[in-house]
Amino acid sequence: MSSSSGGTLTVGAKPSGRLTRRGRARGGEATTLGSSRGGRLALRTVALGYLAVLLGAPLVMIFYRTFEHGLAPVWNAVTAPNALHAMWLSLEIVLIVVPLNTIFGIGAAILLERGRMPGRTLFGLLIDMPFAISPVVVGLALVLVYGRAGWFGDELAAQGINIIFSVPGMVLATALVTLPFVVRETIPVLREMGTDSEQAAETLGARPWQTFWRITLPGIRWGVGYGVVLTTARALGEFGAVSIVSGRIEGQTQTLPLYVQDRFENFDTTGAYTAAVMLAVLALITLLAMNLLARRANKKGGR
Amino acid sequence: MLGRGLLVLYLSILVLLPIAALSSKAFSSGTNAFWHAISSPEAWAAIKLTVIASVIVVLVNAVFGTIIAWVLVRDEFPGKGIVNSIIDLPFALPTIVAGLVLLSLYGKNSPVGINVTFTRAAVVLALLFVTLPFVVRSVQPVMIDLDRSMEEAASSLGASNRTVLRRIVLPTLAPAILSGVALSFARAIGEYGSLVLITGNLPFKTEAGSVYIFGQIQDENLVAAAAVSVLLLLIALFVLGVLNLVQRRWSRHVV
Repeated sequence: MSSSSGGTLTVGAKPSGRLTRRGRARGGEATTLGSSRGGRLALRTVALGYLAVLLGAPLVMIFYRTFEHGLAPVWNAVTAPNALHAMWLSLEIVLIVVPLNTIFGIGAAILLERGRMPGRTLFGLLIDMPFAISPVVVGLALVLVYGRAGWFGDELAAQGINIIFSVPGMVLATALVTLPFVVRETIPVLREMGTDSEQAAETLGARPWQTFWRITLPGIRWGVGYGVVLTTARALGEFGAVSIVSGRIEGQTQTLPLYVQDRFENFDTTGAYTAAVMLAVLALITLLAMNLLARRANKKGGR
Repeated sequence: MLGRGLLVLYLSILVLLPIAALSSKAFSSGTNAFWHAISSPEAWAAIKLTVIASVIVVLVNAVFGTIIAWVLVRDEFPGKGIVNSIIDLPFALPTIVAGLVLLSLYGKNSPVGINVTFTRAAVVLALLFVTLPFVVRSVQPVMIDLDRSMEEAASSLGASNRTVLRRIVLPTLAPAILSGVALSFARAIGEYGSLVLITGNLPFKTEAGSVYIFGQIQDENLVAAAAVSVLLLLIALFVLGVLNLVQRRWSRHVV
């Protein structure tokens, strides 16, 4: 899928910092497409109108709905025991999954970009799989391996290990869904960096680990950072896969997104809207971080 | 060497084993059971809805995504930076929140008088929301690199705007548009979270494929769930593969 061919993986491609040669046609006759004043305004209206209807207005509305009865109900909703528990559980899962997938992502990116292992294409394909699989299917597949009726169900039960309907299963589901991000954000940076400095370090007698810590890692850190931000956002928000493997047990295996659904279905709209707005604020912070990282990467001559 | 082994092990536990288990479950009662599962009226209705809605969504994305990318690259207006950043919001926003966000404006008690809940329009709306960034973000970088002198030359030689668009701009952008379309399609086919709250999940009406799978899992009907899962996965992979091929041929053609 989105692997090698140019301009690809673009789950959040970096906003490009460069401004184009704008306004050259202004004043003269229209020379590039859509540069006439009328054409430009029409396109702008269509684009902004579409974004407002689909994205902007609903977003403003959810904030309005949440706070329309003042701050007190919101505060009560935030401090409800099940809400607090859901927040902690979401945080716990993020703290386990993000480091795991960051280490895996860096390793896999180096392997795919620098290594000469047979079966590399297959390896890359498997990493991209989560982009093509529905979260619900991810959940189901994990149940079929680690669940009671799954492949390892009897062995795990005999050892007294619970994976499905408990936190380990939720960690697995989240890790699977967020697997490609760090890999796919690191590979282009690695490619662009080239191997000159690494080879120089090796020639000067650096051991592989030294080369990695001193040369490779500093070179790819913004790309990795970008991948980590995407991983964190997705891990916090994962719903479908976690919904299946968690069993949605209130106050036990309920993450913040699951809590949103639970509150909504129990007609507690304030609770649902409040939890949703908390997640929306985290998403906005994510966007900010993505912007900053992209700018840093651009300034470093990254892209 | 040890590192490589660990990477492969991690990938196997996480991806390979589950996919193998899924496929084997789908066919565990034989191919007949597989066909039976995906051709049951409810399953078939859900699959059809998902595919048709995804096609509609992808077409809308191709048009509006390209226009948005165009405006972000070639136009200047106050607040452009904010608009540019907000495009990625659907990637950052949890899907269940996306559903609730849409519901707050287009649900019952809608302040604008539009209520899409429990209709097929809700399915399309939710899918449009979550797939918004794909085409924009794949077209944008190509458009930045687009050589304007070709357009200028064509137009000074008397080509109309339409001709310039058809002969010069679109052929250059087409591979990027297709790549965005492919990613949107794969995402739309499997989408679940944003649909749950707003569509009402009515069988034969607004129940999408992934929602049907979820229901089958709840009913402990794992073979049917696995069969529909495998079918959806194959559709997604097939479309990704075909569009990838077309895209490659196209870029060779242009360059």
